Amino acid sequence: MAESVDSVIARYNSDASRLMDILIDVQSAQGFIGDPAIAKIAEELGLSTADVEQTRSFYHFFSKKPTGKYAIYLNTSVNAYMMGRDAVARTFEVEAGIPFNTVTRDGLIGLFDTSCIGMSDQEPAAIINGKIFPNLTPFRVKELIRDIRAGKSVEELVVEGYGDGQNSNPDVRAVVRNNIRKIGPVLDPDYKPGEVIRKKLTEMTPQQVIDEMKRSNIRGRGGAGFPTGMKWEICRQAESDEKYIICNADEGEPGTFKDRVILTERPKLLLEGMVVAAYAIGARQGILYVRHEYEYLKTYLEKLIAGAYKRNLMGKNIAGIEGFDFDVRIQYGAGSYVCGEESALIESAEGKRGEPRDKPPFPVEKGYHGQPTVVNNVETFCSAVKVLLHGADWYRSFGTTDSTGTKVVSISGDCRYPGIYEVEWGFSVNDICGMAGAEDVMAVQVGGPSGSLVGASDFDRVLCYADLSTGGSLIIFNHTRDLLEDVVLNFTSFFIEESCGSCSTCRIMPVILRDKLRKILDARGVKSDITDMLEWAKVLKSSRCGLGQTAANPIVTSIRNFRHLYDQKIRGEMRYDTGFDLTRATQEGMAATGRYTHAD
Amino acid sequence: MAELSSFTIDGLKCMAREGTSIIDAARQNSRYIPTLCNLEGVPPKGACRICSVRVNGKLMTACTTKLSPGMEIENDTSELNDLRKAIIEMLFVEGNHFCPSCEKSGECELQALAYRYKMEVPRYPYFFPKRPIDASHPRIVKDHNRCILCKRCVRAVKDEKGRSIFAFLDRGFETRIYVDPDLAGQLTEERARKAVEVCPVGAIMPRDEAFKTPIGQRMYDKKPIGSDV
Repeated sequence: MAESVDSVIARYNSDASRLMDILIDVQSAQGFIGDPAIAKIAEELGLSTADVEQTRSFYHFFSKKPTGKYAIYLNTSVNAYMMGRDAVARTFEVEAGIPFNTVTRDGLIGLFDTSCIGMSDQEPAAIINGKIFPNLTPFRVKELIRDIRAGKSVEELVVEGYGDGQNSNPDVRAVVRNNIRKIGPVLDPDYKPGEVIRKKLTEMTPQQVIDEMKRSNIRGRGGAGFPTGMKWEICRQAESDEKYIICNADEGEPGTFKDRVILTERPKLLLEGMVVAAYAIGARQGILYVRHEYEYLKTYLEKLIAGAYKRNLMGKNIAGIEGFDFDVRIQYGAGSYVCGEESALIESAEGKRGEPRDKPPFPVEKGYHGQPTVVNNVETFCSAVKVLLHGADWYRSFGTTDSTGTKVVSISGDCRYPGIYEVEWGFSVNDICGMAGAEDVMAVQVGGPSGSLVGASDFDRVLCYADLSTGGSLIIFNHTRDLLEDVVLNFTSFFIEESCGSCSTCRIMPVILRDKLRKILDARGVKSDITDMLEWAKVLKSSRCGLGQTAANPIVTSIRNFRHLYDQKIRGEMRYDTGFDLTRATQEGMAATGRYTHAD
Repeated sequence: MAELSSFTIDGLKCMAREGTSIIDAARQNSRYIPTLCNLEGVPPKGACRICSVRVNGKLMTACTTKLSPGMEIENDTSELNDLRKAIIEMLFVEGNHFCPSCEKSGECELQALAYRYKMEVPRYPYFFPKRPIDASHPRIVKDHNRCILCKRCVRAVKDEKGRSIFAFLDRGFETRIYVDPDLAGQLTEERARKAVEVCPVGAIMPRDEAFKTPIGQRMYDKKPIGSDV
């Protein structure tokens, strides 16, 4: 029997700020969140149905209609297509007998598209009822649908054997591979959990922790690169009795999957980093915000947190430090890229739509529930532990003056060894290709869709905050790829799918630009279409958050670095083309009057 | 009361109290910054982005940014005015805005801004989306064709328990206003009037009246928007 809505609501004490958790649990118990459930939730939480609907409808994995006994979400990221998604998707449709984004009539199977799920090194991949099924082939899809029809459980669908490392842990049991290809000081397995809390924090004041962080010059690893020590110091100085630490494990940039591997293999390091940060700023509560796609790690992470309490590394008087109390809860997302933006993440953790806030004020001043909050990336917390363990000078011996330390990067695409690599800042695009065994490289997407599409003439450029900054997504494309059709159009569609819609600019302009790009790809483009795109994209700079501000980057950086690809597609001699297609425009009328149309 | 601080707008020396929003501070100094989503007495949202100014060189929305001493603000520049015009044009192509047949004509802030920024034909292709008109509520008609998603109704009109009557539904280009059927059914006359009043366009209209003020005698028929500043 599926759990009732009442019992879910009771679990969260009818607390409206836990609306996300309530919706997640109802979705998971019943397979959808229908009108009766919404009305019930609204009533019990003292909200209107409008209040509940605005949150529910924002997230990709909340569905108002049943999603099927087996809800299959197949990734639409560029890597999935490069590895044969088209054939896999077609096989799903043929075998299930339905098109995508529908459910079979018997309610057994639902097929859905979904944005990058963090498995770029093992695509095409799908999520079926929360479990990951990577490396799909048409053959495998036939097996899956056959086994589903035969009544096998989701666990029984697994035939591959579980992945390496903790992927085989009884609490994880995932067919996911870590593909760790290069280990550095942060991923170093020679790590004793709790050592920094017990040996360093007990001998340091919070200010000394912050000073050490500042001396290390470490900057945020999520991509924005804000100096971590400064962030912690501002938050420490903010006047408030309640402060919060939030770990951003919502990596959603297509092509990035490094935090998934850290959550799997070094979760204790991450939790220790949150405790260190809590000590430094004086926080008593923390939230580990994990993207919905990594739901399969839930039990595992919960048990690790419980273990930390048992060993007095969380909870009351941590490591015997009188008055140092810190609690952590896990908050899952529900499918939204923009929630990786720190203020949108906070809104989401408060049970609302993941719309970014206007800044200032920044979260360090007014964050979770209006209180000073430090939001850091998974890797930043991990690195912080190592900074304290070995000292700032040691940390600064890695990387460049501007960008100290190491960076864990996710490499995927056309290469022999996709996976994660921990490298010192200051490596070049050429190094990336060399490390990953990539040949015949045409382009590298540095920093995911919000970054830059870099061509051969820039392959000696260096990855660091001053030159090519990245949160860690690196996707390699060889000369067989159609960069405009396969990459730029895919990325632009991704931004359209993931825009929160609250800024006029980010809601509308990417759609205008995608239509222009399609016009060029349809061989109807003229020269002014290219210059229009560059000119029109500028309005996006006035968007509120990074998503909007970078939404035109795929188009703008590809025009800048691969102009010839556009020039080949446009009609050189024509100066003007409206893109108007008379046949298409009159198709509906023709059909209504029963007259012949060319389109058929 | 906060101290008066000096700042500049387009090089002109201005004074206002620290912590005032830039949009209000500008108004107090007789400088007009356009807006479609800002509303007095309601927390700002920065939804339309039309009030974007450069503060010490950085693009910021004037409705959400508070004044601090010594700010150098650029407002009436060709770059920013073209940005505003571009946003107005985007809003025009996003929905279906047929001014000549719209009841709100002459009192519509979007139309008035289009005149003020001398919009002729939008530079972008029209989407001509298919959108419904929702006339199921007893006091108001919600015309989704004209909605610009400024969130004014969402933020300004709540029921007596503080619950939302209007809310955003879905996200991105699919975003639209959801009208709570139960609460809209119980809408008091006062709240219904407020919902109509706060809507900058003709997306929320009263049910039982139309053309009370004749065309030609309406707010923006004689003077452009912002003339009061």
